[in-house]
Formats: sequence, structure tokens, C-alpha cells
Amino acid sequence: MTTHTRTGITWDYAPAPESADHIRIQDRYGLFLDGEFKDPRDGRYVPTINPATEEPVAEVAHGGPDDVTAAVASARAAQAKWAALEDLERAKYLFRIARLIQERSRELAVVETLDGGKPLRESRDVDIPLAAAHFFHYAGWADKLRYGVNAREVRPLGVVGQIVPWNFPLLMAAWKLAPALACGNVAILKPAETTPLTALLLAEICQEAELPPGVVTILPGDGSTGASLVRGVGGNRVDKIAFTGSTAVGRDIQAALAGTDTRLTLELGGKSANIVFEDAALDQAVEGIVNGIFYNQGHVCCAGSRLLIQESVRDEVIAKLWQRMGRLRVGDPMDKNTDVGAINSAEQLSRIEALVAAGEDEGATRRSIDCELPERGYWFAPTLFTDASPAHRIAVEEIFGPVVSVLTFRTQAEAIEKANNSRYGLAAGIWTDKGAKAFEVASALKAGVVWQNTYNHFDPTAAFGGYKESGFGREGGPAGLRPYLNVVR
Amino acid sequence: MSRVQVRKTYKLWIGGAFVRSESGRYDEAAGVNYPRASRKDVRDAVAAARKAAGPWAARTAYNRGQILYRAAEALESNRGRFASSDEVDASVDVLLHYAGWTDKLHAVLGCVNPVAAPFLSFSLPEPTGVVGIVAPDAPPLLGVVAELAPALAAGNVAVAILSETDPLPGLDLAEALGVSDVPAGVVNLLSGRRHELATALGGHRDLNAIVDAAGDPGLATELDKLAAETIKRVRHGAAVTTYEDATDDALTRLEAVTELKTAWHPVGA
Repeated sequence: MTTHTRTGITWDYAPAPESADHIRIQDRYGLFLDGEFKDPRDGRYVPTINPATEEPVAEVAHGGPDDVTAAVASARAAQAKWAALEDLERAKYLFRIARLIQERSRELAVVETLDGGKPLRESRDVDIPLAAAHFFHYAGWADKLRYGVNAREVRPLGVVGQIVPWNFPLLMAAWKLAPALACGNVAILKPAETTPLTALLLAEICQEAELPPGVVTILPGDGSTGASLVRGVGGNRVDKIAFTGSTAVGRDIQAALAGTDTRLTLELGGKSANIVFEDAALDQAVEGIVNGIFYNQGHVCCAGSRLLIQESVRDEVIAKLWQRMGRLRVGDPMDKNTDVGAINSAEQLSRIEALVAAGEDEGATRRSIDCELPERGYWFAPTLFTDASPAHRIAVEEIFGPVVSVLTFRTQAEAIEKANNSRYGLAAGIWTDKGAKAFEVASALKAGVVWQNTYNHFDPTAAFGGYKESGFGREGGPAGLRPYLNVVR
Repeated sequence: MSRVQVRKTYKLWIGGAFVRSESGRYDEAAGVNYPRASRKDVRDAVAAARKAAGPWAARTAYNRGQILYRAAEALESNRGRFASSDEVDASVDVLLHYAGWTDKLHAVLGCVNPVAAPFLSFSLPEPTGVVGIVAPDAPPLLGVVAELAPALAAGNVAVAILSETDPLPGLDLAEALGVSDVPAGVVNLLSGRRHELATALGGHRDLNAIVDAAGDPGLATELDKLAAETIKRVRHGAAVTTYEDATDDALTRLEAVTELKTAWHPVGA
């Protein structure tokens, strides 16, 4: 609990926990196959854990190879009929899903936070509304596909396999499903091992929307389930894989699909530069730095994890940032005042700890904020590294946690060179009030998304995706249709 | 008395220079020797291409369009070098078609995004960078021109492995382009053994994309695996044999070597 003392009065925040009373979480969720929840073929269920308490939230079916086979068969059987629907009828189902997400938004937000550890404020204000917005946006594309891709005739690809990460579970499911379905494909979605619940609630929503069976299949599981989906079982493959996750797994998927005609899009890791110029509004920039790296505990592929500060304002920015970090409220994700919630899993926590230890070993200066962390659950205090060199692991590798590494630059050219000196190229931030400079720097950065005077801003109309080893293909806007269509002419 | 002909020495085209293979190796075709490029030549070509990539992408779209048009002019006026007149016709037309794309790509692939927040957000195509091209054996000229043209029109630079069985038209293309306005290093053309060169190219860590028109499934699989190492973009396609083949799916060809960048700039505040 953060306490602030001013003018002799101690100010504190009263706890403001979101109530979970109205939420019905079932003890057990099966696979969503053929429009129904079913037991996995091998009967295996695994618990999903609340990372803030280490308590199980529910038991969830684990999809095995036989389930993948059944899923592909069910999807194949449904595809022709789905694609043959009048475009506007297909759109109506997606509009229904968008509306149902809005209706059940409070429940979805609470479950997202319980299952994944992100602050409720974020699930409520960002994840769930944006998921609904994505369905709404792509619903409207379903009868305008030719305009979106500048073609006279388009066809769906068929059955698409979609593998989503644990950082934005429902939102990433929406990013994947909405364009795929709008284009007339049917989809098999594998949610992440640690965060399957909102995808399963989305399955309930598909039922409520009376989406035809087989159009959406939800196949929870771990990496082995994803591998079966990618490689196919018994020669029965999907027509496309869309993957969001780490570059290491993306590389394996790309290699596994070598020589096949399975289409592929990848949205992978990043080590995005957030560049603060001396002419920026520094207080605003500090807010943007905090949002860029501590939003969602830094579990964001486009997190602004490399902070590039112009030398002339380095000390001032670091002082302001450190002061601001001290006011971050770390703890119970269900508390509506919480800024930084729980680390998603024990595994991710140990990965963060290992990289932070490497940062200290390599000689960078570590500062972590002094805050009380709950006894149970997985936590990591927001951390700032100064005196980092561009070759340090903390300045090169994706940490995927609330850890920011500071580098400095003198000139604009040096800022661009350092920002682009990465095998990744997902996103970047620019903080300056000079318009011409912002446009010039934005065009020189090798990154798929560049934000000026903001960070981590997403919209269903705006394409998102990376350069270089951050992946290929785009999601959002008309560009997000292309990976799900065959252009006939 | 009959005149003694001055023969031509065929050379690789790397970084704007006509060079022999650094390996000193050569092969023979149609009674003439030509260089058998090495893996080192591939690396030199990628380095030359990388050096040329920034300045080429930084030229205005109008200027790149004119340079591609000038390349078409150069090919047309050098048509005597090539055995197949039909192939020259189609190649010139393909260059013209893509010359016209340089300043239209943004309108077709890009857009202003009506985001629900006070920002001017737009998505624009940008070149992916250095593109590796594996040309088919036949047709030897059109097969490589059809893959070069979209790569260059989208603002990329290229390293191409020419037809293995009939490399001379590709090497003659270098001489035609060499007297056009294509800047040094923007196009690099290598003759030699396809598998050796294509795998060196596909495995190069500073290459951004591979366009493979060789039509060899075994090589395609190998290239896919090599590409995965650095998440390269890969497009496999059949050999282009007509103008229509090269242009009917122009947008797909351009998009395969294009990145889309979304920028958000604040409005007000």
C-alpha cells in the first residue's frame, strides 16, 4: 500500500476491490468443439492458476493430438457452408459477438484479471472494449472484402489455426478471430496455457450468438497442442497458421512449415525504443515512459523497454521517472487503483529474474522501487536500469517484464541508429513537440508502429505488426484482411 | 581479310562493378566462359546491396519511377544482345508497368486510419530492405526481370541468382542496366550453381526477404528453413513466362517485399 505524506497529513488509498460475486466461473471447462463443450479425448484437465494468489481458478481441458484431429475435421466440415453464407449474414454473427462482448464486459474483465494477473483497470478499460471493437470493425468488412484488398474476386483460405499469447488473452483472440471469420474462414484457436478462461467465455458467447458449429473451435492446451496444430496430425493440416508469441517459437513454426503451402503470419517479440528528445514535454514523456514499460507489467510485445534519452535531459528525465515510479501501486490486480499487477506465471517471473540478474552482473545499475509485495503470487517490482550499454543483455533481449533499460544519445542521427540497432522492429516511441522532426524520425525507424507523444495505443482500424525478427503480416485495418484471403483476380 | 572479333568477357555485377568471381572459378555455356560465383561473392553482393538500400529507399517515388523507366529504355535499346525478341518485349513492358507503381503503391496499400482518439494515424508501405531473388532457369531474361521489377518499384534493393542453365542473358541484362541510371548496388546479378548460391543467400542474416521462382521444391524447403533463422519474408512462385504472369498479381508481388508502418501523431494537445 503506497502512502504519501504531504503537509503533515498522511494520504492513503482505501482498498477498492472489484467484486467478483456476480461472476459464474465453472469448476471445469471442456474443449469447444462442434459448438459444444466436450471432454478431451484423453480426459486430461489441468488447473489454471490465479497468478496473484496461486489459487486455481478452474480446471481446463488440455487438447491432445486426437483433439486436434477432431478439431480440424469439424472445422473442415463447417467451412464451405460458412463461406457460402451471404456476406452480410456472416457479418451479423460478428456484430452479435461484438455486442455480447460489450454486454458481458464486466464479467470478461474480472475473469481476465483473475486468470492472468493484469490490473482490472486495464482489462476493463482496454482489453475488453478493444476486443469488442475489433469484432465490430471486422464485422463491417465481411461484405466489403474486395475493397479492402483492391481485388475483383477473393476467396477465404479455409481452416486457419490461431495461437495466441497470455498477455492479452481475449484481445488477441479477437484480433485473430474477427478478420479470419469476416473473410469466410473457420478458425481453431489455441489460447495460452496460463490464460484460457476468457477464450472459453468467448466460446459461450459464440453459442449465445448461435454461430454455426465448427466455425470457431477453442482448443486449450500447452505448446504441444500448438505444435500439433501447426504440424498437423496424420497429414491433416490447417491452411494457415497465425501466431502471436515469442520469436523463438515463431522461428520454430516457420521452420516446421518449410516446404508446405500452409500460409503463415507471425507477430513476435520486440525490444522497442522509446526515444525522448530534449525538446519534449518531459512530464508528459515520463507518463508515456511509464505507460510504455509498466503497462500490463511490461508483458507487452511492443513495450518501450529500451529508453533512449537525449544526454542533455538524461538526469532530469531519470529523476522524474524514478519519482513517478515510486508512486506506482503494485499489488492486487482486482483493486481498481492498482497500476502494476501480478507477473503472469512462475515461469515468466523466473525469466525476468534471470535477465535482471544478468543486467547486474554485466555492470548496469539497477534500481527497483521499494514497495510491499503480497506474500503469495508472482510479483516483480518495477525496475530501472541505468548505465546500460547497447551490448548488455538487458538492452538487447526481450525481458517481457516491468524492467526498463536506459541508453542515451546526443544527436537525432545517433538516436535513429541506436533505435534501429536491434534484430527486432515492432514498435517505437518518439517524444518531441517538433512536428517536422517527429515525421522525419518516424519515417527513419525500422518499426511497424511508431507513436509520437503517446505509447501502447491500439485501434482496430490501424495496422499492427513488425519488421525484421518481430514477424511478418499485419493485424488491424484493411491490411489485416490480406493474410486471410486468396486473391483470385 | 576477315576481322578478328573482340570477344566479351562475362562478369558478375556487384555493387555497380563488373567483376570476376573472387574465387577465380568459371563455367562454360554456349562456348563462352562465365563466372561461377562463390558464397563469398554472395556475401559481397549482400553487403553492396545493404549499402545501397538506404539511399535508394530515400529517393522520391517519382525519381525511382523514372530510373525504372530508364532501365526499360536501356533494355529496349540493347535488345540486339538478346536471342529472344519476345522475351525482351515482355521484359521491357514489365519494367514499364512497375515503373508506374512507385508512386501508386502508397495509395493502394496505405491508408489513413480513423482511430478513436485524437491522432493522425496512417499506415504506409515501406521497402522491406534487401531482397534475395532466385531466378528460374527459363525464361532466362524475363524470369529475373519479373522478380526484380516489383522489388525495386517497392523501394528494395536486390541480389539475384541468375538462371543456372542459361546465365548469359542475365549477365547481358547487367550491361544494359549498367548504362541506365540504376545506382550502384541496387541490383546485383550473380551467375553460378544455383543451390550453392541460393542457400548462401537464404542463410544470410542481413537479407530481409527471399523471392524464389526457381520451381525446385527441395530448394524451396531448404530456403524456408534458412529463412526461419531470421524470420525472413519468403515468396515462392512459378517462373514468369509472359507479361501477364508478371503483372496480373502485381499487388501480391509488391506486398511480399513491403512492410507496412503505422505512425500515430498527436492532433491538438
